Amino acid sequence: MIQLKINGVARSFSGSPDMPLLWYLRDELGLTGTKFGCGVALCGACTVHRNGEAVRSCVTPMSSVAGADVTTIEAVGGNGLHPVQAAWMKHNVPQCGYCQSGQIMQAIALLRATPKPTDEQIDDGMAGNICRCGTYQRIRAAIKTAAKESV
Amino acid sequence: MTAISNLSRRGFLKGIVGSGALILGAHYVPTLLWADESAPNRTQVDLATLHPNIFVGVDTDGTVHIVAHRSEMGTVIRTSLPMVVADELDADWKRVKVEQAIGDARYGDQNTDGSHSIRSFYDTMRQAGATARFMLIQAAAQQWGVPASECKTDLHVVVHSASGRQIGYGELATAASKLPVPKKEELQLKKKDAWRYIGKGMDSIDLTDLCTGKALYGMDVRLDGMLYASIEHPPVFGGKVKSYDDKAPLQVAGVQQTVPIDAFKPPCGFQPLGGIAVIADNTWSAFQGRKKLNIAWEHGANETYDSGAYEKELHETARQPGKAIRTEGDVDSEFAKAGPVFEGDYYVPLLAHASMEPLVALADFKDGKATVWAPTQNPQAVQAIVSQQLGISKEDVICHVTLLGGGFGRKSKPDYVAEAAVLSKKTGHPVKVVWTREDDIKFDYYNAVAAMYLKASLDAKGKPTAWLQRSVFPPIPSIFDVNAVYGDASHLQQGWTDMPYNIPNIRVENGPAKAHVRIGWLRSVANIYHAFAVQTFTDELAHRAGRDPADYLLELIGSPRTLNLKATGYPNYGASPDTYPWETGRLRRVTEMAIEKSGWGKRKLRKGSGMGIAAHRSFLTYVAAVVEVEVSADGDITIPRVDMAVDAGLVVNPEITRAQFEGAAVFGTSVARSGEITAKDGRIVQSNFYDYPVARINEAPYQTNVYLVESDAPPAGVGEPGVPPFVPALCNAIFAATGKRIRQLPLSRTNLARGVDSSRTQAANGRPWLSLSE
Ligand code: FES
Ligand code: FES
Repeated sequence: MIQLKINGVARSFSGSPDMPLLWYLRDELGLTGTKFGCGVALCGACTVHRNGEAVRSCVTPMSSVAGADVTTIEAVGGNGLHPVQAAWMKHNVPQCGYCQSGQIMQAIALLRATPKPTDEQIDDGMAGNICRCGTYQRIRAAIKTAAKESV
Repeated sequence: MTAISNLSRRGFLKGIVGSGALILGAHYVPTLLWADESAPNRTQVDLATLHPNIFVGVDTDGTVHIVAHRSEMGTVIRTSLPMVVADELDADWKRVKVEQAIGDARYGDQNTDGSHSIRSFYDTMRQAGATARFMLIQAAAQQWGVPASECKTDLHVVVHSASGRQIGYGELATAASKLPVPKKEELQLKKKDAWRYIGKGMDSIDLTDLCTGKALYGMDVRLDGMLYASIEHPPVFGGKVKSYDDKAPLQVAGVQQTVPIDAFKPPCGFQPLGGIAVIADNTWSAFQGRKKLNIAWEHGANETYDSGAYEKELHETARQPGKAIRTEGDVDSEFAKAGPVFEGDYYVPLLAHASMEPLVALADFKDGKATVWAPTQNPQAVQAIVSQQLGISKEDVICHVTLLGGGFGRKSKPDYVAEAAVLSKKTGHPVKVVWTREDDIKFDYYNAVAAMYLKASLDAKGKPTAWLQRSVFPPIPSIFDVNAVYGDASHLQQGWTDMPYNIPNIRVENGPAKAHVRIGWLRSVANIYHAFAVQTFTDELAHRAGRDPADYLLELIGSPRTLNLKATGYPNYGASPDTYPWETGRLRRVTEMAIEKSGWGKRKLRKGSGMGIAAHRSFLTYVAAVVEVEVSADGDITIPRVDMAVDAGLVVNPEITRAQFEGAAVFGTSVARSGEITAKDGRIVQSNFYDYPVARINEAPYQTNVYLVESDAPPAGVGEPGVPPFVPALCNAIFAATGKRIRQLPLSRTNLARGVDSSRTQAANGRPWLSLSE
């Protein structure tokens, strides 16, 4: 039995400890905001926070989240919008939107570690997240806006 | 597992409506279940008090319901078309509710493909809104006992200015619903200066949901009691299962059963490929079980397909006379004259769509009826293939359209939906089929691989006197007719038949190629390879002639005229040539605009940098692109800036349109940098983003500026037309930066490092890529 917290709620998981967190979130808890894009840590669509740090849930086995605090896109804004989500809306970032949960979760983690990122730091921080629709220019702008507004 | 479901039959519409407080404009109403099972196609519009047509309805509380019948995959179409209705109705956007239509022939075409949603439905949407407005005005006039001509509308109200009276739409809905529906001819559409939304634009009605994880894609739909399936497809196109052993998969926790799916009967069309499905109670168990399947295959004739050998064949065919599809003057006698003649071979490989959301569909077959939920661009094609596979009527297939996590043409082909339907029938449960990324890349309907051969003779000033171009590619019709080897008019038109230059002798040809994989539409389709060849060859000739490539391009486009392509049967993207003539003046104008805005020839560039230009019309839209590239000493490229000038006629949603062109530049970057699918022994070699990379933030253009020409011409396409000119503009920029000519894609085939002589890179046909023969 694995005990953990998801979005502040205590949960216990009794299935295979090898099961990736992604499928526990999506198929068992119905938290479908976290997306499946590649399954092998190449696209970032499945990004969530484990104890505040961005991880790819598609390659994060349940065994490695025992006792952890996991936050997903559904709860990252608390009861409203996280400033990064607000910046995303302001810049009209999403096209299809499928990658954006992961992009937002990654950007929040980036800004926590680097509150005023340079272009290079944005590239480094975000290069693991693919957007096939090609919204990178707006992602960059939104990150800069969020960085400015969270002074 | 707890039976959590976002599609509980009881109490649907509760709980998933989203956070109302955050919604600033129109709402999206989730309609992934029907309100009334006895009438599955009944919409909120149909149920509204006033509903003069299938697209718009007004309730007594003033709520305006609008149906979005096209699929939302990121182009914001399910906002932009309803916005047109709302504008003509003079409706308050905040009081509009948009619902997504199921697949239903009464809407006309629903195939959200070919960049034509606005073009084909702009008038229909305007008329739909204007009809309701007309009836509301009539109702108010009757109530007040004044002539309707004295009444007009303001935001969500009818006004009688003379008496200062006004009355809301909601209060008029009942009376208006009793009036006759006006004929088209009676309608008065708004004048441009009265538009509230058209041309100004609106954010996506889904924006909040897209940023908060609430948006429901096909991947996210859940039904009580559903099972998950992962399918092992035949590794070679056309292969079959000989025998299989499922002992090991059945030992995997969560796996319930395995189910064979029959191989398709040629031609493949949109039938399932066949294979063995592993059915489990969650996605991961299905994936795990599938890895343990032991299958013996009968691979069939395509097992010998090797993309390297095939490339060579295509080039050889392209060097042979082909079928002439456009002939003006006499190129042969011109080529026979003295004077320089240049020729070149170009190549673009198979490309995969790689939408961010892998293919997925949920189906529930019960009592002789199938209900499916799918991220599909073409719900009516879903109805057709599911009915055929299950032996039921089309009307008994209900196709709910979810959001699409990207589509790019792949999700117009509903083989994956048919799989879910077949499995639901065989298992007696709702089944969700989930493709892995590997499945998505290995079992695509690929954009055709193409070889092109171009030849031109030049006069003393370097201007072409004769121009021959021949393209060879396995055609899309091969999925419907196994013997199809020649391009069809609708793909030959794409940047090939309509080569726009003002040259006295022109011949356009096409040669045969047999398909060994499924070929299909991908964002801008044949325009990708045709624009690459024509626009690269143009740049090569400019350099040969010692001319500035931008000036030279303008000279070839020539003075403004209308192309007459009648003799070629040019389909003009299905639009009338009277409404959408091919005007070289508009191509010229965007080219001039791109030159000016980009600072062509005026900006000082860093060492290792260069600028390239290309211009192209596709989907009735004229686009010119200038790309600036920087190539490092090691041969890595970065793209600091892109300038795109666009004439798409009237633009309904400008901000969203700009985003489409920004995205097209990134999509084009992926095509150019690394887009290549290859095959060995009939099997696709690539499988995931490590060997089919797409552009990441550090590789994509840093800044793409989009300039929209102000135009009252009828609206044209915006989703696709940015891709074709971008790719050659980038490759021409690389030539300007390095002196290395890119004639084959992707760029990963050419070593761009300084000091490395890439001119010896051989084409598969043994000819050098980088020298034009003289
Ligand atoms: S799904 Fe996890 S990184 Fe792609
Ligand atoms: S918005 Fe579609 S993949 Fe990023």
